[in-house]
Amino acid sequence: MKDNRDKLLERAMSRHQYSGDALIEVLHTAQELYGFLSPERLKTIARKLRLPPSRVLGVASFYHFFSLKPKGEHTMVVCLGTACYVAGALGLVEVLDRRCGAGSKVSVQTARCIGSCGLAPAVIADGKILARVTKESLGAELDRIG
Amino acid sequence: MTIEELNQTQADETARQQALDERIYCCTAAGCISCGSEDLRRAIAEQVKQQGRFDKVEVCGTGCLGMCSRGPLVLASSGTALYGNVTPSDAAAVASANPVDRHSLADRHIDLNGAFFARQMRIVLANSGRVDPEKLTDYIAAGGYRSLAQALTEMKPPEVIEEVKTSGLRGRGGAGYPTGLKWELVSKQISPTKYIVCNADEGDPGAFMDRSVLEGDPHRVLEGMAIAGYAVGAQQGYIYVRGEYGLAIQRLQTAIKQAEREHLLGSRILESGFGFRIDLRIGAGAFVCGEETALIASIEGKRGQPRQRPPYPPESGLWNQPTLINNVETFANIPPIIEKGGAWFASIGTPSSKGTKVFALAGKIANTGLIEVPMGTALRTILFDIGGGIPQGRFKAAQTGGPSGGCIPEQFLDTPVDYESLTRIGSIMGSGGLIVMDDSSCMVDVARFFMEFCMDESCGKCIPCRAGTVQMHDILRRMTLGDASEDDLAMLEELSGLLRETSLCGLGQTAPNPVMSTLRYFRQEYEAHIRERRCPAGHCHIEAGVPA
Repeated sequence: MKDNRDKLLERAMSRHQYSGDALIEVLHTAQELYGFLSPERLKTIARKLRLPPSRVLGVASFYHFFSLKPKGEHTMVVCLGTACYVAGALGLVEVLDRRCGAGSKVSVQTARCIGSCGLAPAVIADGKILARVTKESLGAELDRIG
Repeated sequence: MTIEELNQTQADETARQQALDERIYCCTAAGCISCGSEDLRRAIAEQVKQQGRFDKVEVCGTGCLGMCSRGPLVLASSGTALYGNVTPSDAAAVASANPVDRHSLADRHIDLNGAFFARQMRIVLANSGRVDPEKLTDYIAAGGYRSLAQALTEMKPPEVIEEVKTSGLRGRGGAGYPTGLKWELVSKQISPTKYIVCNADEGDPGAFMDRSVLEGDPHRVLEGMAIAGYAVGAQQGYIYVRGEYGLAIQRLQTAIKQAEREHLLGSRILESGFGFRIDLRIGAGAFVCGEETALIASIEGKRGQPRQRPPYPPESGLWNQPTLINNVETFANIPPIIEKGGAWFASIGTPSSKGTKVFALAGKIANTGLIEVPMGTALRTILFDIGGGIPQGRFKAAQTGGPSGGCIPEQFLDTPVDYESLTRIGSIMGSGGLIVMDDSSCMVDVARFFMEFCMDESCGKCIPCRAGTVQMHDILRRMTLGDASEDDLAMLEELSGLLRETSLCGLGQTAPNPVMSTLRYFRQEYEAHIRERRCPAGHCHIEAGVPA
């Protein structure tokens, strides 16, 4: 399959008339396409939007959403909003930290409230929300994805 | 679409719905979806087809039905019978025309006249359980876009503002600034370009009101924004929505497309001379962007760092133009205010706080979910009648306002919930997150938790916030480890005052609130951690022995 991601990114920039105001939208698109923002990618975006590279890196590093490093094959995002915290989310982070160390296929992240407080504690596993997660059910999920 | 066509659509759709035997609503808010409500909806639709009722029964999605703890929820018999914890294996029973078949669901029937619903009053959430958020005609049938039509044809912009002022509506984002006054400020600016911004960067941990409104009734927010645009003379609006809210983003995109196609947004709305466009801006995960000047910077594609005010956004906001920024819930209140009048709205609530407030109930409470109550409702009513009380253990505190708010102890349970009363007891209304804690929660660790949040989310522009939150967090962390002294406590209080007085924006100014309110009501817990190296709640792991 031909990689048309560069073309899609170009199209996103042209849709915004290569305006520097659209930097965040463009970074969103780039991250969606490539999974993370490499230094080369940031430089390309800076050149096309006619922004100083420092400004592009400044924005990319400011927002939690943008990742400057490649992610693992799977991601587990533990919600650490207040409701999840009260329901014991820190225990889930411990489980993940213990099981998904260096070299693991799973990238572990924490989130500041995903707004699913009725389901606390919640974990987003590869984009899907798991509700009322226990240490056991989380362990089972990790076993499943290997 | 012309106004006549709007009326016709409303009449046609209402007639079509009334001709049906029933409408079965599956809750398709994020909470129920993660409990499998989409599969359930498909299963019910399949059963309806198999039982040959597809021309008589419509299966639709709807916004949050409130009782998130019992999801997935199904509202059958055109909104008169509610069932919780429904599974796809129940689909045949739900789809059946014979009431006897629904007996298998009897144990999961939820009484719509029970305290959870009876004590609520739904204005903002009125369409949840009535309207499919992905269908424009549903919203129109429920009276949608009539307020916009009314404003455009029967009212001059100053009259719209007057109506909002009469209503006494105050900003629902938490600060409570009178909405009508803000609108007036923007309308008085002389500028060819003005902007409307909807703040949907709901970042308080424990809050999901705005998310639910956007997911459940996106057109209502668009309509409110368009009315605001007409009132203050703006032609362009932006909704700044959290990147985490995928479903809300998707529903908003659908709603904007639908509204544009029918000329309810865009140029010459309803064939009037007024045009208004709305674009989405997706946040990228920075709590500080809920602060209005930071939000503006973020829409402009910059780091979301706040700036000194004044000038306030009504004078100089987005791209230095006059900008009206309101919260999602504020805009959602506008269509009913125009429809029923400001005086009607002002008759609900307390003298200083009008209307209703949506709260997200979470934590140690039986009925976690989304509720809407008139302002002035006692906290006890919210937590024990509507919320169903504490499942195990004893009530200890209710936390409102997230990291900018405070903890309310038991002795204030009878406090009416309005802006002033909550401020008086050391908390704030905030955006509507309400988290209940029982005696297993350690208040020192709660304070540490919120301070950690503020420390991580501090944008780093001003020093009191950047350095102060780190220092305060370090002291609180050492307290939870049994490694702090009386001097630390004194330092904590001094830093609290310093951050409040000298930080640049609301994030830093309010960051000490959780510490100050827990110190005010639970000082003995701090002292136990320091003097006795003991956690009264049994939450913190303090190692035995004397610290080095």
